Amino acid sequence: MEHTLTPGAVLGDRPRPEKNYLNETTGIWSWMTTIDHKRIGIMYLCGVSTAFLIGGVFALLVRLALLNPQHTLFGRVWVTAETYNRFFTLHGVVMVFLFIIPSIPASLANFVLPMMLGAKDVAFPRLNLASFYLWVGGAIFGITAMVLGGVDTGWTFYTPYSTTTDGSVGLMVMAAFILGFSSIFTGLNFIATVHKLRAPGMGWFDMPLFVWGIYATALIQILATPVLAITLVLLLLERTYKIGIFDPAYGGDPVLFQHFFWFYSHPAVYIMIVPGMAIISELIPTFSRKTIFGYRAIAYSSVSLALLSFIVWGHHMFVAGESDLANVVFSALTFLVAIPSGVKVFNWLSTMYKGNISFETPMLYALSFLFLFAIGGLTGIFFSTLAVDIHLTDTYFVVAHFHYVMMGSTVIAFFGGIHYWWPKMTGRMYSEKWGAIACALIFVGFNMTFGSQFIMGGQGMPRRYFNYLDKFQPIHAFSTYGSWVLAVGLFMMAINLLVSLKTGKRAPDNPWGGTTMEWESSSPPVFHNFEHQPVLEHEPYDYRHRTVTHV
Amino acid sequence: MEQQADTTKIGMWLFLVTEVLTFGGLFAGFGLMQSRYPQEFIEAHEHLQRPLGALNTVVLLVSSFTMVMAVLAARTNQSKKTVRYLIMTIACAFIFLGVKYFEYSHKFEEGLLPGSFYHTQATDTVKIINAAGQVVPSHGYATFFSFYFMMTGLHGIHILAGIGLLTWIAIRANRGEFSSAYYTPVDLVGLFWHLVDLIWIYLFPLYYLIS
Repeated sequence: MEHTLTPGAVLGDRPRPEKNYLNETTGIWSWMTTIDHKRIGIMYLCGVSTAFLIGGVFALLVRLALLNPQHTLFGRVWVTAETYNRFFTLHGVVMVFLFIIPSIPASLANFVLPMMLGAKDVAFPRLNLASFYLWVGGAIFGITAMVLGGVDTGWTFYTPYSTTTDGSVGLMVMAAFILGFSSIFTGLNFIATVHKLRAPGMGWFDMPLFVWGIYATALIQILATPVLAITLVLLLLERTYKIGIFDPAYGGDPVLFQHFFWFYSHPAVYIMIVPGMAIISELIPTFSRKTIFGYRAIAYSSVSLALLSFIVWGHHMFVAGESDLANVVFSALTFLVAIPSGVKVFNWLSTMYKGNISFETPMLYALSFLFLFAIGGLTGIFFSTLAVDIHLTDTYFVVAHFHYVMMGSTVIAFFGGIHYWWPKMTGRMYSEKWGAIACALIFVGFNMTFGSQFIMGGQGMPRRYFNYLDKFQPIHAFSTYGSWVLAVGLFMMAINLLVSLKTGKRAPDNPWGGTTMEWESSSPPVFHNFEHQPVLEHEPYDYRHRTVTHV
Repeated sequence: MEQQADTTKIGMWLFLVTEVLTFGGLFAGFGLMQSRYPQEFIEAHEHLQRPLGALNTVVLLVSSFTMVMAVLAARTNQSKKTVRYLIMTIACAFIFLGVKYFEYSHKFEEGLLPGSFYHTQATDTVKIINAAGQVVPSHGYATFFSFYFMMTGLHGIHILAGIGLLTWIAIRANRGEFSSAYYTPVDLVGLFWHLVDLIWIYLFPLYYLIS
């Protein structure tokens, strides 16, 4: 089978170095004190995967609770409304703060971003490790909060409910506060790394698009997260001492909290999605064996998404008493988001056009992404349309929309990225067959779970409600069955990857014929990433002169 | 080495950006509340002691000057001078905190406190009718002091952090660790200190000079 491939990167064509970053030093202590970005990336990957498991279990419980309107299982009522509130709050908090925000930047980007630049490490390796331990600290606070009574506010912590309800809201807010700093440190590190540690000869427009995406994300991380930090401090003080900033009983304004919160949390959804797009920009050209179409347009669209993210937060408050003028302005600005998103999608499609496409597992995830992101993105337009938004606000339509973007796009891209760089990170190949089956199950299960929620939402099923009308029962049940298919697919994926660690074939240095610098290292890379300082010889995604037989 | 200094400087500037945004949120909240309770905010600010605020402004401006001199001395290989200027900067920081202590204790005595801790003042003219039908002073007064304590408190914490950092580099300067070839830490702490100073330059008119 003929593929185009980087010369000198064919399977088994050069001896594997004996020492690599995994066996350079050994023992748990060498991992816990490491300042190697690759090891920190791997530790983050383990951490966020665990968080994903916890958040996923809560998601399955939420779906199970909604299986029927009587909330019965085998004829017995098994869950109360209070427990249900805690389920969905913990699902939201864990998925947002512990999983999805750190997911791609802190794990995959931590591993590959310095390598893509030809650097030995990030700019501030110790800060990188500190960021990981802050994440661990935040996770401990969060889990303690779950054990000590849980939280029932939803992940948004809206006042005045969050300042008056019982439960461990304070601890959970502390957790989010600490995790915010972890995120800031990661972002700060990446910006400095991109500015200062590019390989000789690598200009801004020679960087892989993944780096552009992560750079844009890092900008959002350092600009938005501080506002969340101070907001959470105010919330904590309000809850403990009634300082009267958010609580109307003391002259405060609960909508002010919403403004503060969404000033962070709207940009935060771009912290989640832009890295996903960044991965897709790598996968599509590699598996189409074709130079990316519209490099600069994609690079600029990442940055413009980052900038736009700061001026659209008001669309979360269309029905919260904003002035009509503000609503119209925020609505118009929100429509603008469609432009850079569309630029990306059309460029990816154009890249595939007449490409030499192959369907390895990462590409299957990339194609799933294109399909799901199109749905998630276009349903977003519904919400920027004021009149439609009023009808759809706080219905399952919202839930379906943001799951198509967050889970269907970001998480799918994350999985694609894991499969793409897995050989580089671990030195092992996983089973393509099981990888493809798992991807298919995830795709089907996901669409069953959330596609059905668009229908419910359109018919008026409100989100977060414990009870619902009988007429929604069949769709709710269908969605719950879908969540089981999804869960089976996810377990299959995890098992396939874990099994490969033991029995997988040895990975070649460049199994996919990638053209970016991380593939010039051995698999797994040596401690300093490269045996020789790589020098930029061609643009990224330059497939014009490369034809090598693939084994 | 020069590349490293450049990199850490970028890191420091990015950190300062996060600081500006942290305070930025509070400034925005203050502005919003001021437009909601204009009369209350003007009356409440009369309780602040303008001369003390002005004194603190001067103290911090002087400290910024001594900080610049410390960086300059470090860059020109004058370790002794560096230490001397750093000590002067630290002294200014303590004077600032001392003045702040007098201001705070005055407010504690008068009951000029945030939110639920606020005690009604005789000068509060704006009244509202509460849920129980009683006529009580507007919440705006308490809100003013909520923001006052939050923002000056957060600023005070930064002064404390600054004292720690200044002491650390003063000790290192005393050991003769800095020279024209390497004075990055002095430079970075200097940047931080100027930002702390700058924030106060905005806080002072915001709170003490409303009209």
